[in-house]
Amino acid sequence: MARSIGFIAVMVALLGGFATPTRAQVTLSISCSSLGIELELCQEGANEWGKQTGNSVKLVATPPNAEERLALYQQLLAAGSADIDVFQIDVVWPGTLASHFLDLTPYIPPEDLKDHFETLTTNDTVEGKLVAVPFFVDAGLLFYRQDLLDKYGKKPPRDWSELTETAKAIIDGERAGNAQLQGYVWQGRAYEGLTCNSIEWVASFGGGTIVETDGKISINNARAAAALTLARSWIGTISPEGVLNYAEEDSRGVFQSGNAVFMRNWPYAWALANAPDSPVKGKVGIAVLPQGAGDGARHASALGGQHLAVSKYSAHPKEAADLVRYLTSAGEQKRRAMKGSFNPTRKSLYDDQELLQALPFLKDFEAVLENAVARPSTVTGAKYSRASSEYVRAVHNTLTGKGTAEENLAGLEKQLERISRGGKW
Amino acid sequence: MTARLSIAQQRARSAWAYLAPLLIALLFVAAWPLLRTIAFSFTDANLSDLTSWKFVGFANYVYLFQDPLWWRSVGNTLLFTLVSVALETLLGLIIALTINAHMPGRGLVRAAMLIPWAIPTVVSAKMWAWMLHDLYGVVNVLFMSIGLIGRPWAWLADPGLSMAAVVMVDVWKATPFMALLTLAALQTLSQDIYEAARVDGLGPVRSFFHITLPLIRPALLIAVIFRSLDALRIFDVIYVLTGNNENTATMSVYARQQLVDFQDVGFGSTAATCLFVIVAIITVIVITLGRVHVSASGGDR
Repeated sequence: MARSIGFIAVMVALLGGFATPTRAQVTLSISCSSLGIELELCQEGANEWGKQTGNSVKLVATPPNAEERLALYQQLLAAGSADIDVFQIDVVWPGTLASHFLDLTPYIPPEDLKDHFETLTTNDTVEGKLVAVPFFVDAGLLFYRQDLLDKYGKKPPRDWSELTETAKAIIDGERAGNAQLQGYVWQGRAYEGLTCNSIEWVASFGGGTIVETDGKISINNARAAAALTLARSWIGTISPEGVLNYAEEDSRGVFQSGNAVFMRNWPYAWALANAPDSPVKGKVGIAVLPQGAGDGARHASALGGQHLAVSKYSAHPKEAADLVRYLTSAGEQKRRAMKGSFNPTRKSLYDDQELLQALPFLKDFEAVLENAVARPSTVTGAKYSRASSEYVRAVHNTLTGKGTAEENLAGLEKQLERISRGGKW
Repeated sequence: MTARLSIAQQRARSAWAYLAPLLIALLFVAAWPLLRTIAFSFTDANLSDLTSWKFVGFANYVYLFQDPLWWRSVGNTLLFTLVSVALETLLGLIIALTINAHMPGRGLVRAAMLIPWAIPTVVSAKMWAWMLHDLYGVVNVLFMSIGLIGRPWAWLADPGLSMAAVVMVDVWKATPFMALLTLAALQTLSQDIYEAARVDGLGPVRSFFHITLPLIRPALLIAVIFRSLDALRIFDVIYVLTGNNENTATMSVYARQQLVDFQDVGFGSTAATCLFVIVAIITVIVITLGRVHVSASGGDR
């Protein structure tokens, strides 16, 4: 007994000795998402800043699923917790979380800020306060198997019917060799990712963005219904039924193991699909998402991406803001783009020759961004997650065949009217 | 009469003194949160600012009872509980009877059996999510290689299959718990009764139904109540496997979505309170029915 107490005392003394910081000035905490290799990149960037400034940074791994991360942040911030200094936030959250964040204007040099895409910095400015700085920008992209398209003499599809045709032709030809081969995989699980996927279909048919910027609920229209009916027709033909429970990593798993011709995903999948251990390395092409049919047809990509914000409750706001400045700097954004294909938010990097060589799609990305559709998070404000979840429900029901697109959209319109008290939000 | 207390009174007093710390702890960790949740259920409180709220009376309850999604989640929960607990009890009983027999390596089997129960639910659920993946999951590969299914099944995406898949994962996880409790009950049984039965010419099947089952029934019933309570509150397995999908969403999933995703503490608390009431009612029913059975079987003898 006495011996074990002595042992514990020694252990406590040792641990205590290790826990006391020897020289570091301050220790910051940063929360990073863990999608793909995000966490690793974040750690490296933060460590580099720590080395340069003599501070240390602790990494808080948060869920790759955005809704879960938002819920976690809201609990922390509502409690006024100082546990996390720097938050990685989604492009749709500045409106929701603005009241908890520091105004970064004094800390970020104006010429730095001007280099970022204006749509993004505008998105991060809430009531004149710069509540976040763009970290990387995302837009939905079409990944395709260049080798399979070449083999069948096909080009990357321009519209959805071409995609359907090409996918059918290739799986019919290849199924003898690979019974698992799928035509098109995307994100169909009942979660925020389905909002992104389906707003792309709807917008590509000219069917609006669910709720327009003036608050009007526009989703119950024939073009939106046509878009959802088309997506429904993919299930069981070019897309596996399982796609209805896929998130980003599930679809990447299928595509990267060589079991799909097309995939809709965010740019991060590019670096991983071309990683040395990837079975489809060097066989992948990338294009804008196909357009819809009818007179409103256009290319549409959901606007995504992550930004960095500093908590108002942080004990070290100055250092935290400097970490944000470092992580969003041109050098760090370039490193992240080269290694993880996280698209820079700085215009100057889109002329960088080395980067253009590593990421061939970058030269077209500015055009993709011009076509990007933002989810209606600004106009719906605090009610966004509820509106989005109602939308997801209507879409998911349509895709599983519970009611037609028209019926589900009519029901959705009624629900949204109720949530928003008649479009007033 | 002096202030001296009788022995009984002294005992009662010291009993209360010993119980007091526990009661106080319970008050803090159980009663206070419960009462707070019930109080919130009558307000419009929001998670972003819990200090400002308005009293809204029964408005949340009216709204909840009108929501078809809530009733769907109640139905899902009851279905899940009924099927999973029934399967777990049956399988647990079979496994317990098997490893109760004297055989070599019994200790090892018992320890190995507990592994599913010992793995944290979120970890095992995530593991199952990968194994049940329609294209790269091992379950489909296995079933197809033995010719059980012709093409890969979308276990978690197909509305007709997802509930079955969720139940399957829960059965895998919770059966060891049932088996262990049943085994404990089996080991208290004396061998003498069985010898007497053998002498009287009672076969193994009849001795199971006439001797074993009635004798372990009280223990089995406790195990069933424990499992049912757990199953009625089920959250983690379902949330990890299928998220907020309404085909499998239970009452807990529904309440969490309101409380956390929508920040609606008032309405979410209403759902949580109703969940509590439903679980309480079912527990009372099961216990009452169980008592009737126990005393009836006692009366027979």
